Amino acid sequence: MSKQTTSSREEKSTQAPAERSCDVVISGGGLVGLTLAAALSGAGLSVEVVDAQEPRKVLSAPFDGRASAIAAGSRHILEGIGLWSLVADKAEAIEEIRVSDGRIERRASPFFLHYDSEELGLGPLGHIVENRDLRRGLHQLLSSRKTFRLHAPDLVVDSQRDANGARVILDSGVEIRAALVVAAEGRNSPLRRAAGIPVRTWQYRQHGLVCTLEHERPHHGVAHEHFLPSGPFAVLPLRDDDAGRHRSSLVWTERPELAERMMALAPKDFAWEVQRRFGDTLGQFSVEGPRWSYPLSLLHAQRYHDTRLALLGDAAHVIHPIAGQGFNLGLRDVAALAECIVDTRRLGLDIGADAVLERYERWRRFDNMMLAGITDGLNRLFSNDIPPVRLARDLGFAAVERTPGLKRFFMRHAMGLVGDLPRLTRGEPL
Amino acid sequence: MSRGNSSSTVDPAEIEKFSAMAEAWWDEQGDFAPLHRQNPMRLSYIRDKACAHFQRDPKELTPLKGLRVLDIGCGGGLLCEPLTRLGAQVTGIDASEKNVAVAGLHAEQGGLEIDYRCITAEDLAETGETFDIVLAMEIVEHVADVGAFLEASASLLDKDGAFFLSTLNRTTKSFLMAIVGAEYLLRWLPRGTHHWKRFLRPSEVTRQLRQSRIEVRDLAGMVYNPLNDSWRLSRRDLEVNYLLYGQKAD
Repeated sequence: MSKQTTSSREEKSTQAPAERSCDVVISGGGLVGLTLAAALSGAGLSVEVVDAQEPRKVLSAPFDGRASAIAAGSRHILEGIGLWSLVADKAEAIEEIRVSDGRIERRASPFFLHYDSEELGLGPLGHIVENRDLRRGLHQLLSSRKTFRLHAPDLVVDSQRDANGARVILDSGVEIRAALVVAAEGRNSPLRRAAGIPVRTWQYRQHGLVCTLEHERPHHGVAHEHFLPSGPFAVLPLRDDDAGRHRSSLVWTERPELAERMMALAPKDFAWEVQRRFGDTLGQFSVEGPRWSYPLSLLHAQRYHDTRLALLGDAAHVIHPIAGQGFNLGLRDVAALAECIVDTRRLGLDIGADAVLERYERWRRFDNMMLAGITDGLNRLFSNDIPPVRLARDLGFAAVERTPGLKRFFMRHAMGLVGDLPRLTRGEPL
Repeated sequence: MSRGNSSSTVDPAEIEKFSAMAEAWWDEQGDFAPLHRQNPMRLSYIRDKACAHFQRDPKELTPLKGLRVLDIGCGGGLLCEPLTRLGAQVTGIDASEKNVAVAGLHAEQGGLEIDYRCITAEDLAETGETFDIVLAMEIVEHVADVGAFLEASASLLDKDGAFFLSTLNRTTKSFLMAIVGAEYLLRWLPRGTHHWKRFLRPSEVTRQLRQSRIEVRDLAGMVYNPLNDSWRLSRRDLEVNYLLYGQKAD
């Protein structure tokens, strides 16, 4: 087997793999897992992350072409852990969101919802950052942390957890003792399954199509969410590339059969299909880079913890991408879990104790369930073409549009600024 | 570092019994659940006042590094262990041989270096040893001679040290909460754990401490919230449980 970890490379002279020890082991080195690692190591805790992917591969363009919407509350979290300054020049501010109801090759409904940052007076509504820029920033940030270690490519193959501590065994043979194990492994989390934590889940009859669009005219920081009968169709503003080309990120939900056909099209024909649905506000589209398609599902774990195990991000909850909130929920998990862990450690108490993990779950469960419900409801409401439903939602848009208090609340919630917020989300240091 | 002279004199057959007791002390849902619930609040009070006293940063992971701490009436070590993780060099004393053995065993399992001894405060004071921080938590209401106990505790405190004490107030509310509520209704504690008449009002403790040359610098109430089963500090409500921090008078 060619797999080799950073640690086993250093210690390969000894036959028996060394047993390591740290405060927290995180299984999964995706955006959410690494953000938690950055928050905890920044507070001085020792953190080891185990990730299946080769670090170099993860940072290359074809690995992940997605972009993430960073709500204002999430930006505070990234500022708090020291990441924002590393990605700020790659982030495009969303100054305005235009939500409209439409059909292919028809003008958008005259009733549309319009969110403007000037209305709220709290700065931009959010930012769009490409995942690979976030990933690069996290690797850069963590490379200077003395209490951080990455085991990649490697896998957690077994874990033993009891009142006295946890021990994880990696595929490479390395053993790590820790007070707490965090599963940040995504929706199919093996640690969640091994712990026997049940989930509620269902598939949407929809796929998400994702790629980067280039277009003739500048977007002026406007995000478009266009509700088509097959599902939401979002065009989100990206930074111009180095050659000064205007770019946006496309998130297009489509019925699985059609999504497959779209994926098979030549770039030029694909761009034309996008154009038919979007119109010519941004001029002509072209699609140069790779395209991704994945099935959409909803998932919510019945518990967020087990003995010395916490579920984080997609391992605990997967929601419909309709509102671009999935990563934001993951970051809010990070802010809450990091605060529970760090506050406990600063009292010299056991960070893996049930009471700590229960506090984390109580803090996050309601917010996660709310957004899973809201996004599910929105998707059901919008992914159809039944005339009375269309009329009702158009009137609903108009009502929200004309009720400033309600609209402000929706905006603040989408920005992650509602509720009992962790210090990081409030923009305070951990 | 000696791990408590008593732990070495313990009969191996007793070890098993002690280990079961250690599990009971450290089971957060078990017999000592109320103490575990109180612990974060007590620790944050001690940490924050001690950090202010010794000019340390409470956000550091080991802010008490190098400080010698004495915990009088340490029980199973519920305060000794976290304070050790915060960097302190901790000595825990208890009049009960069993408690000392249990605490020593648990510390060993967790790989923590803690000096546990079966000795009273009065006897330890005879040796002339002093500490940077002296804790007398939930103990003064159990001693026979409060004056002698506080005098001994004060003499164990270094002249620049910080002194902490927590106990129960003698009020109608404390009778209802600590005796009727905790011992009879909720059964948190065995009946007869506390004698209400031995409870001390803050003014009485403050006066007694002043006679032993300790000036009380801060008083805070500990208030239980039954809705989320947690405790918080209160500036105003000292009616039932309260904590204080003091230092040697000049």
